[in-house]
Amino acid sequence: MSDAVASPATVGKPRRQLDRAVVRFAGDSGDGMQVTGEQFATEAAWAGADLVTLPNFPAEIRAPAGTLFGVSSYQLQFGSRRVYTPGDRLDCLVAMNPAALKVHLRDLKDGGLLIVNTATFEKKNLDRAGYTTNPLEDSTLEDRYRLHKVEITRLTMDALQGLALNVKEKERCKNFFALGLVSWIYTRPIEPTVAWIARRFAKNPAFVEANTRALKAGYHYGETAEIFSECYGIEPAEMPPGLYRSITGNRALAWGLLAAAERTDLTLVYGAYPITPASDILHEIALHKRFGVRTIQAEDEIAAVGTIIGAAFGGAIGVCASSGPGIALKAEGINLAVMAELPIVVFDIQRAGPSTGLPTKTEQADLLMALYGRNSESPVVVLAPMTPGDCFFIAYEAIRIALKYMIPVIVLSDGYLASGAEPWLIPDPKTLPDIEVKFRTNPEGFAPYVRDEATLARPWVRPGTPDLEHRIGGLEKENITGTVSYDPDNHDLMVRLRAEKVRRVAQEIPPTTVNGPAAGDLLVVGWGSTYGTITAAVEEVQQEGKAVASVHLRHLNPLPPDLGQILRQYERILVPEINSGQLVRILRAEYLVDAVGFNRVRGLPLSTQEVRETIEHLLKEKR
Amino acid sequence: MSEPTGITEAPRKYTKKDFESDQDVRWCPGCGDYAILSAVQKMMPDLGIPRENIVFISGIGCSSRFPYYMNTYGFHTIHGRAPAIATGLRLARPDLTVFVVTGDGDGLSIGGNHLLHVLRRNVKVTILLFNNRIYGLTKGQYSPTSELGKVTKSSPTGSADRPVSPCAFALGAGATFVARTVDRNVAHMEETVRRAAQHHGAGFVEILQNCNVYNDLAWNVLYDRESKSMHELRLEQGKPLLFGPVDDRRGLVLEGATPRVVRAKEVPESALWVHDEADQWKAHVLAQLSNPDFPIPVGVLMDVEAPVYEEVLMEQERRAISERGPGDVAKLLVSGDTWKIG
Ligand SMILES: Cc1ncc(C[n+]2csc(CCOP(=O)(O)OP(=O)(O)O)c2C)c(N)n1
Ligand code: SF4
Ligand SMILES: [Mg+2]
Repeated sequence: MSDAVASPATVGKPRRQLDRAVVRFAGDSGDGMQVTGEQFATEAAWAGADLVTLPNFPAEIRAPAGTLFGVSSYQLQFGSRRVYTPGDRLDCLVAMNPAALKVHLRDLKDGGLLIVNTATFEKKNLDRAGYTTNPLEDSTLEDRYRLHKVEITRLTMDALQGLALNVKEKERCKNFFALGLVSWIYTRPIEPTVAWIARRFAKNPAFVEANTRALKAGYHYGETAEIFSECYGIEPAEMPPGLYRSITGNRALAWGLLAAAERTDLTLVYGAYPITPASDILHEIALHKRFGVRTIQAEDEIAAVGTIIGAAFGGAIGVCASSGPGIALKAEGINLAVMAELPIVVFDIQRAGPSTGLPTKTEQADLLMALYGRNSESPVVVLAPMTPGDCFFIAYEAIRIALKYMIPVIVLSDGYLASGAEPWLIPDPKTLPDIEVKFRTNPEGFAPYVRDEATLARPWVRPGTPDLEHRIGGLEKENITGTVSYDPDNHDLMVRLRAEKVRRVAQEIPPTTVNGPAAGDLLVVGWGSTYGTITAAVEEVQQEGKAVASVHLRHLNPLPPDLGQILRQYERILVPEINSGQLVRILRAEYLVDAVGFNRVRGLPLSTQEVRETIEHLLKEKR
Repeated sequence: MSEPTGITEAPRKYTKKDFESDQDVRWCPGCGDYAILSAVQKMMPDLGIPRENIVFISGIGCSSRFPYYMNTYGFHTIHGRAPAIATGLRLARPDLTVFVVTGDGDGLSIGGNHLLHVLRRNVKVTILLFNNRIYGLTKGQYSPTSELGKVTKSSPTGSADRPVSPCAFALGAGATFVARTVDRNVAHMEETVRRAAQHHGAGFVEILQNCNVYNDLAWNVLYDRESKSMHELRLEQGKPLLFGPVDDRRGLVLEGATPRVVRAKEVPESALWVHDEADQWKAHVLAQLSNPDFPIPVGVLMDVEAPVYEEVLMEQERRAISERGPGDVAKLLVSGDTWKIG
């Protein structure tokens, strides 16, 4: 490449070193902000930074251009130290239009870098965003932020002069100009994006050329334009050595399933009905037919869980995923699997509700539904991943437990983990734990509900096995023989056995990791996607010498056997959740501890700052 | 991922007894379900399929107790969802022979959606819908096939719901094999169910069944010797549609798309409607014929071929593997953008 971009070292302007930075790209949903953000994340990761991302997009597919509700954004925090969250306040905001400015400005720090595309600040867009005057024309913004008014659209058009594309096509490259500019500001290498563009538009060389030119034009603009006086460097983070990739939670869940199917050499049937934010798992698995995974786009969520129960009855791995509204529909199906003691795995990618709620926004409010949201005594195993990368291991673990105990397992992910990405140290599938699969073939002493001593699992029989023909179903069964039984004592026994089976899964749970002192003033307990926020907040107060620790639960049913003991080592217990207080109820009920909640239900991750302030407040209150 | 080989040795010769389970049958004495069970058990040996490769899946209802009485693999599931469960089973295990047993409430009320989709997908399952025009298990409420104005416990002044014809529903859903048979005709049931089971795709059979407790003689026009001749239209491939007493046969003719009953001797034989199972258009007309204006068609209304859902998917899987080799998770994990640290 003759016009290769100068490497950061040769850049003439001064470079300031930072520990971390929080950047958000915001624009119209048609402006390509998700791609821009993802590529910036890739560049940051290539340069060795640790990072966490937060995509945020409207529920409308093609929201009218320029409107407030049509704004799409992508935020990431990257740094030279461990990064746990996408960051609370922004160091840099790129606003591609007035609506994006209006929606996101309040998150920008005072003195933060504000880059706006001036081309879009004309009457129509200002009106749509609800600005009566052009905010770029008075000094309010300039007084408070480091404002850079950049004619991104015009500069992009200039850079693409002479290319055989129409105006619209050229204009669409402006996000790459913005990316190029921000890449220069934060000295991120644009090579991975150049390569990505070449792959993405392989079928259309004119687009490859146009987007690459726009990207480089943006980069050069930062270097040469007078307005930027300095750029920022961020040293590579200290991360365990190895090969890394970026992975979203949904893809990690899908790949975890593939790993389990490969390890067990079993067919995996994945049944799903499309719903945000779970659909991407279906899309991902549907790409991988070579792995012996079979997808069904079912007619509804009831059918989806039905198909996987049928698959499990047939001796295959059955997995389905949905979000709250769909999980509600699956209740009766899950109970059939509870009763028939069949192994299925159900992913709930939680979103803000109730009802349709905020379909693209995150929440943690399905915990009680997963535990108790079915008729009668319906114990199931409930797991929750902590990070996007952890989704891979949780999916694998869910299958391992389901098959070993012949039991349904619910996995609670959420919208934030689903589309959030992090650099992920790629595991070697060979190092994953073994998955026991024992199909019963011996007719001697066989009965459908004879139980394994250690796990209480009943035998898994593949139809097609001679002399083991038997019938199961949703009616109560006599223990061992499996014949339909209305006997009161047998029912009581079976209720207890089904509960005990779940309880025994506790033997699978490793000792709980305590982040911080083993005893002290305050323990912060969390689950699911709040891991990053809680860890960051707790580490901040630990640095101030406070006796605060945190515990993050991946196993919500059964709970870790050592949890009660740990809870009693601290004066106070704080449970931050993106719900109205669900885990906190369970801890209070199970362990009779005076745990208190911190709850915000805004469809967004909790902020590190608000969790830290709550911790500090509780510590003061104590004295 | 490995598929069982299925039949390894010459299939055993079975008798009806081999398909009887050790469970006490618990339907009401006199229930039409007994005759259906007996016909199905009697027919099973004809299929020549090893017993262990056969699975009966049902929903909820009196009819859905069926699997407990078959000495095959069986799964009594939840109300209305058997077609979905059978679909998943077939996709996981295309080597198995799968039957679905359902009722008029199970299949057409709570499970109407799933029945629609199993039929349109053309999953290779044999669906036996026991139509007693009543909710038996819940003790006698009107069902989606009960006639308008039906007086039941839940409709003391007569139901306001217009009934659906199961066969018309199946055809509307895009079924490829649709038949009707009657619980009082064991030989016809055997023959019809056998054909449905041998159909390449979803085989749908409506079995007119008597609930002698809550809806006795709902199909009496087909039971009573006298009325039967005037009300049963026996469908036979390639034969004209004739019914009625021997000395005064009636026939069906089509005027455009409109069926009409005629006295057979009053029209030339060439004018009579000749049954053709491969004719999808005429099957729709047949499925709509009902009492009192028309006789009730009994037999195979339609039998056509179409791609089978799980076979299409299996073919896609085979092609993916033959083109790019079996999947390898270790390779997948390092595909795309990766970078090294340290
Ligand atoms: C979710 C659910 N709703 C309602 C019922 C109660 N229920 C059981 S069977 C049935 C109707 C069955 O009617 P049909 O399918 O015609 O079967 P039949 O008993 O007549 O053979 C109903 C409403 C149930 N078991 N589950
Ligand atoms: S209630 Fe009716 S359908 Fe049910 S078993 Fe009795 S007679 Fe048969
Ligand atoms: Mg009925």
